[in-house]
Amino acid sequence: MTTDWTIDGVRTALTEKKISARELTSEFYKRIEARNPELNAFLALSPERARKQADRIDALIAADKPLPALAGVPIAVKDVISTRGIVTTCGSKILKNYVPPYDATAIERLDAAGAIILGKTNCDEFAMGSSNENSAYGAVKNPASTDRVPGGSSGGSAAAVAAGLAVAALGTDTGGSIRQPGSFCGVPAMMGSYGRVSRYGLIAFASSLDRIGPFATSVKDVAAVLGVIAGRDPHDATSTMAAVPDYQKEITKPVKGLRLGVPKEYFGEGMDPAVRQKIEAGLEIYRRLGCELVDIRMPHTDYAIATYYIIATAEASSNLARYDGVRFGLRVDSDSLLAMYRKTRGAGFGDEVKRRIVLGTYVLSAGYYDAYYLKGQKVRALIAKDFRDAFAKVDAIVTPTSPAPAFRIGERSQDPLQMYLADIYTVTGSLAGVPGISVPCGKVCGKLPVGLQIFGAPFAEAGMLQLAYAFEQAGGARV
Amino acid sequence: MKINREDMVRVAELAYLDLGEDELEKYRRQIDEILDYIGKLNELDTSGVEPMAQVLANDQAADATMREDLVVPSAVAEDVLRQAPDPEPPYFRVPKVIER
Repeated sequence: MTTDWTIDGVRTALTEKKISARELTSEFYKRIEARNPELNAFLALSPERARKQADRIDALIAADKPLPALAGVPIAVKDVISTRGIVTTCGSKILKNYVPPYDATAIERLDAAGAIILGKTNCDEFAMGSSNENSAYGAVKNPASTDRVPGGSSGGSAAAVAAGLAVAALGTDTGGSIRQPGSFCGVPAMMGSYGRVSRYGLIAFASSLDRIGPFATSVKDVAAVLGVIAGRDPHDATSTMAAVPDYQKEITKPVKGLRLGVPKEYFGEGMDPAVRQKIEAGLEIYRRLGCELVDIRMPHTDYAIATYYIIATAEASSNLARYDGVRFGLRVDSDSLLAMYRKTRGAGFGDEVKRRIVLGTYVLSAGYYDAYYLKGQKVRALIAKDFRDAFAKVDAIVTPTSPAPAFRIGERSQDPLQMYLADIYTVTGSLAGVPGISVPCGKVCGKLPVGLQIFGAPFAEAGMLQLAYAFEQAGGARV
Repeated sequence: MKINREDMVRVAELAYLDLGEDELEKYRRQIDEILDYIGKLNELDTSGVEPMAQVLANDQAADATMREDLVVPSAVAEDVLRQAPDPEPPYFRVPKVIER
């Protein structure tokens, strides 16, 4: 029996009747049962819905009918994405028993493509964090080294895929929340361009930044899942009309002659020397593949964290106003409406979420709006221009995903600013709206994965995936 | 100091957030440090820069303003109310709002 399942592997095993979708589903629940008590990657399992879907796939196979793209593929879903009938907490106490009455568009599309939703994965509360330690339901452990964080905020999704508890997973990325945990756990992880995947049913953190994207064990599988979830959705006015290419076909194209920008600003002080060494070895692979490496400058990189924490917290303070104890989630009773709001929110939100609501409210408040929020929006425009200027010269940009490998649980949790600075290489692309992927690029200390990040121009996911695939095939994970 | 205790009380009030004394001081200290860091944006001259409020250019975004105004069936009220802490179908019940 195969232990490392891929999407192709699942399809072959099912069509050759080596295993049924139902048996495969049970196999994954057994793995979860064995491993999850230690990792804490899953918050909720949905065996009933999973088995129903598996039976549907088995019926198609029995009837010799064509199988949809992800038939029988067991998938884990970050707990900020709405799933009909499955408890969705956003890693927060305030949504402890919340059961969404509808599926997010991404889930609907996975469902229609035959994927099997195993359950919901742990994450930082409302996706706010870089270590998964901000979950109200406990930290997730990194399967590569269980005294370390898996990264965040999609730590549960990254850990589940890395530990073989799901073939693929959905995460969300607002400032690095897919790419950074992908890097820490050693699996490919990507966010498409802003507008590439519908946000309908994604419980909002910062609407101008939030994106849904896949984790998998190979770039090919990442491309397959993206192809299913991408595309225009009438329920999300910011989803693009741009056509969805056949990513799986596109990725095998040769990369020889492509121009890769290497921005000096992403290799500055604060970068772990061991990580630098791996990334440089990774760049050498591209040189060997015949790509041209071009030194470029992205002069506003150093302002990205400050800009991000203005814009993301401002949007969050507005989005999270909906948790008021009236329509869903927790209510702490009180004799007046306003006191009920205050008590509910004070009791329901965790530390990081409260801190960001306060900061976001402050930067939007009278007298500070121009100095902070408007200033942030202007610098955001400059950061986006850095990317536009770069893509006028190069086909893609290559950087480290994170300045350091996975840190120890508890190591940074007392200092919010230090935690924010860990997002330095990922927030830039979030602000600019460009697509980004993290691919495994060797390990440091013998066990801690390093991620190489590739940014593409807006809606140039195919070219970006092509570069990621070539890197993986050339042995990038073992540099 | 960029943010003082009074600012914190005012902001918590605006955000409808009950914060304890210890939280007020802890967040004040941390946010003060973050605002200090954010201050580095003032190194940049942004006069004449158009603020970026959204990512997509007009030709990339969907034509949301042009869609047809259609009536579509929606029968979710029951499901939605089931999630409410204190429903009284077809209403959400809340503590008294108007004092007489």
